Amino acid sequence: MNDTLNITKGINALKEQIDAPTAAFFSSCVHCGLCAEACLFYTETNDPKYTPINKVEPLKRVWESEYTLFGRLKKALGLAKPVTDELLAEWEPLIYDGCTLCGRCSMVCPVGNDISTMIRKVREGMVASDHVPEGLVGASTRAVKIGSPMGIRLKALQAQIKHIERDTGLKIPIDVEGADYMALLSSMEIINFPEYIESLAKIFKQANVSWTLSSEAFEATNSGIQIGSSDIARELVQRIVDGAEKLKVKYVISPECGHAFTAIRWDGPNLIGKSYSFKVVHILELLDELQQSGRLKTQGMEDKKLTFHDPCQIVRKGGVEAQPRRLLSQVASQFVEMSDPGKMNWCCGGGGGVSANERADDVRLKAFNRKKSQLEEINVEVLVTACANCRLILEEGLEENNMDMPVVGLSELISEHLLEENAVEGERDE
Amino acid sequence: MELFSNANDFLLWVRGDAFNIALGLFIIGVLVRILEIFLLGRKKDFSEARGTQWGPGLRNIVSRSVVDNGTFKRAPFVVVVGYIWHICFFIVLFLFIPHIELINALLGIQWPGLASQLVDAATVVAMVSLVAMLWHRLTHPVLKFLSTYEDYVVWFVTFLPLLTGYMAFHRMIDPYPLALGLHILSVELLMVIFPFTKLMHAFTLFIARWYTGAMMGRKGIVS
Repeated sequence: MNDTLNITKGINALKEQIDAPTAAFFSSCVHCGLCAEACLFYTETNDPKYTPINKVEPLKRVWESEYTLFGRLKKALGLAKPVTDELLAEWEPLIYDGCTLCGRCSMVCPVGNDISTMIRKVREGMVASDHVPEGLVGASTRAVKIGSPMGIRLKALQAQIKHIERDTGLKIPIDVEGADYMALLSSMEIINFPEYIESLAKIFKQANVSWTLSSEAFEATNSGIQIGSSDIARELVQRIVDGAEKLKVKYVISPECGHAFTAIRWDGPNLIGKSYSFKVVHILELLDELQQSGRLKTQGMEDKKLTFHDPCQIVRKGGVEAQPRRLLSQVASQFVEMSDPGKMNWCCGGGGGVSANERADDVRLKAFNRKKSQLEEINVEVLVTACANCRLILEEGLEENNMDMPVVGLSELISEHLLEENAVEGERDE
Repeated sequence: MELFSNANDFLLWVRGDAFNIALGLFIIGVLVRILEIFLLGRKKDFSEARGTQWGPGLRNIVSRSVVDNGTFKRAPFVVVVGYIWHICFFIVLFLFIPHIELINALLGIQWPGLASQLVDAATVVAMVSLVAMLWHRLTHPVLKFLSTYEDYVVWFVTFLPLLTGYMAFHRMIDPYPLALGLHILSVELLMVIFPFTKLMHAFTLFIARWYTGAMMGRKGIVS
């Protein structure tokens, strides 16, 4: 009974996802198999089931039998392949464990199909039909109830802020009405990388940026986007919108977190069905802008050979590609690119909710071999990135492979090279 | 043959009624398929655009024809044979003088063709590349896994016009009207199945590339 109800909900959710681009994509696929070569889950496992276009089979069946004349005819004659509960159960691991929504397949498809967007659409059907990995259910439940996928409450943030204020003598502004910028954080930054918050404080002090955190909307990550539930995603975006409107800020800063940027910058307005009253900038965009306008001054260069891991959602899906390179050129004398840099970069393997899904741990570590070989090609000492999730996944992968290499956040690297003079002045002002 | 008293009757039917029916089905079918796509529409995008859509969309229509280096290294066979097949196919279809004459008769437009020996060579290369692609489809783990009966039907129906055209040109079937009739019939078969199969990509890939390029342009990603 329940299964019948769930599958109906699932199919309806998939139907809602079909639009003109989806129909054009399905009409154009010639089964050339090139998308497999773009997917790290295929290249590192050699298992054809991970071929991106195969992952969207449930959506394809719905499109064909509901939105094409020939398909409807086939369905009427009982010749169409139906979407069943078994099919969705079988596809669930492909959709959640074997895809980080990195979007590399969408760059390579010769007919131009945006396959990863279609995989994101399939997740809506999976949620509606109750085919979701436990880890992601937990994360989204915590996100809705507690406000953070990792269960981090305001108290934890306040404790970190206290530490940072004591260590640095800098003030971390909270709930300042009328500030220009409202900064968002990811749970991982609060717990694993509080250096990020410290870096913001230092940089904004020097560049004289009016900013604040919000006690009601500090969490940037959006489990709804990862699990594929527009309802949850909408609720989480609305919290940020409410927080920003309450403090009357002009800008909201997306932190060093990939999917948070996609959620708040691109998906958010569509989830709530209207444009924002504020602008959203990624922290790298802001830092670049501050540097270009001369407000952010750095000194000294890292002389270690280092490279930059492009977070998929920020670069390939977010359009922030030149900024990290310009920023790095100011603070690193030996910056080298990996093979396939920028918008063609390979994912760390943990995006799109994969890192929150323990069931995927084995395949994720296999997928990491792609990054491992990319790094081995260039033999660098330091790995810089701009996403807390990438950073954690990279650290874990490097450790697993006995590769001794620090992983550094780009904002943190910049803050370490702030021009001393200003920093001293800043302290005197306190 | 009961239906046709001789090869000439067969050719007349193939060029007449059969051609009209096939062409009608082809045109209506393709239009219906394209309408089915556009009628679905797109939701309004409320996010603040970083760039425009039209230019990057059009740009992507062209730039997607160039494969990125990494993919080329990983799948040189599909890329190289894919290019060879499409180029030779277009030479055969659009630069063989009798084909141009047919198009001129139908649409009143024409352009210079190639020497028939060159078209003949392109036909051979096109057929060889199709056979190579079939072999690849049957042996490569990903392609074997992805392929459905439709992929093989489409392969066969695409191969037939090349084979029958080659045989007609070299007078390998006797009498000639039968050879030509079979060639035209095979093209009609291709036209009839076209709207119902992945052959539609010949039209819809422009739509698909545009949408993806437009989305990228909006976000400020170079397509």
